[in-house]
Amino acid sequence: MTGPRPVIPVVVFPGSNDDRDAQRALEQLGAQAPRVWHTEVELPRETAGVVLPGGFSYGDYLRCGAIARFSPIMRAVAEFASDGGLVLGICNGFQVLTEAGLLPGALRPNASLSFVCRDVPVVVERTDTPFTTRCTPRQELTIPVKHGDGCWFADEELLAGLEERGQLVLRYGEGANPNGAVADVAGVVNENGNVLGLMPHPEHAVDPLLGSVDGAQILGSLVDAARLSVAALV
Amino acid sequence: MKATVLVRPKPGILDPQGQAVESSLRHLGFEVGSARVGRLVDVELPTEDRAAALDALGRMCEQLLTNPLIESYAIELDGVPVEGVAVAPTAVGPESDGA
Repeated sequence: MTGPRPVIPVVVFPGSNDDRDAQRALEQLGAQAPRVWHTEVELPRETAGVVLPGGFSYGDYLRCGAIARFSPIMRAVAEFASDGGLVLGICNGFQVLTEAGLLPGALRPNASLSFVCRDVPVVVERTDTPFTTRCTPRQELTIPVKHGDGCWFADEELLAGLEERGQLVLRYGEGANPNGAVADVAGVVNENGNVLGLMPHPEHAVDPLLGSVDGAQILGSLVDAARLSVAALV
Repeated sequence: MKATVLVRPKPGILDPQGQAVESSLRHLGFEVGSARVGRLVDVELPTEDRAAALDALGRMCEQLLTNPLIESYAIELDGVPVEGVAVAPTAVGPESDGA
């Protein structure tokens, strides 16, 4: 798909460490991806999507993502999200979004207590979200995870509601759950479908040199959706 | 006024740290039913007004010190547990610890 390069800033918290990978991947896929320091109070003009990258914001103190959500930029991100703006949280970014209440559930230490770092199969449950349009139904993507606190949790009642509304968009392939997440959840969207959080790192799987290009399906979908949202405004 | 906030994983929440501690204690020869690992936060407040302190602490817990979905809390003021403040650790789903 061709067209203007949509602006998809990558937020940088103290301790973020995947921001450059995310930036590079997004730019490779046709976006402009300025990195935005967390003390900014506004997103760049013409922002069409936001990425919260992986890392260890604020040293994972207290709980992963618990401090970062109070960063000045998060107020702007929350407003952007409530206006329907596209927000993608990867790993630590996912943790920040759950702590901020923008996504359901919570992320706990891995059941194994071990840091996991490996490629995992990720099954796409829905292809009608802005983050999965490039995927095919039930497609199995190979994307790496690398985290110590990726055990997504929701109680039974919450889980049932999420299942019913189709918010559990990404799941680990059968028998490949790396962290003990409830219902094998690897990624979840908010009720409106414009905010996605996932533990796997699509930005680390966008080049054959990295072993997989499947992450481009997710990030490319985001770039497509961001481009469409810009086009809709013109 | 000195306050202590005790944060615990709610019952039913998988607590791998607690499991590791539990198993290590058994290795040492202790008889242990179970162990759960939480967090302790000491807070010094510039007030001697108990009601004001408790009100502030409750809000601190809701907004930052705990994640209400997975954690409960109890408060001590000057070393004494405050009755009725602890957020009841409601069970959340099936006990998954033994899985």
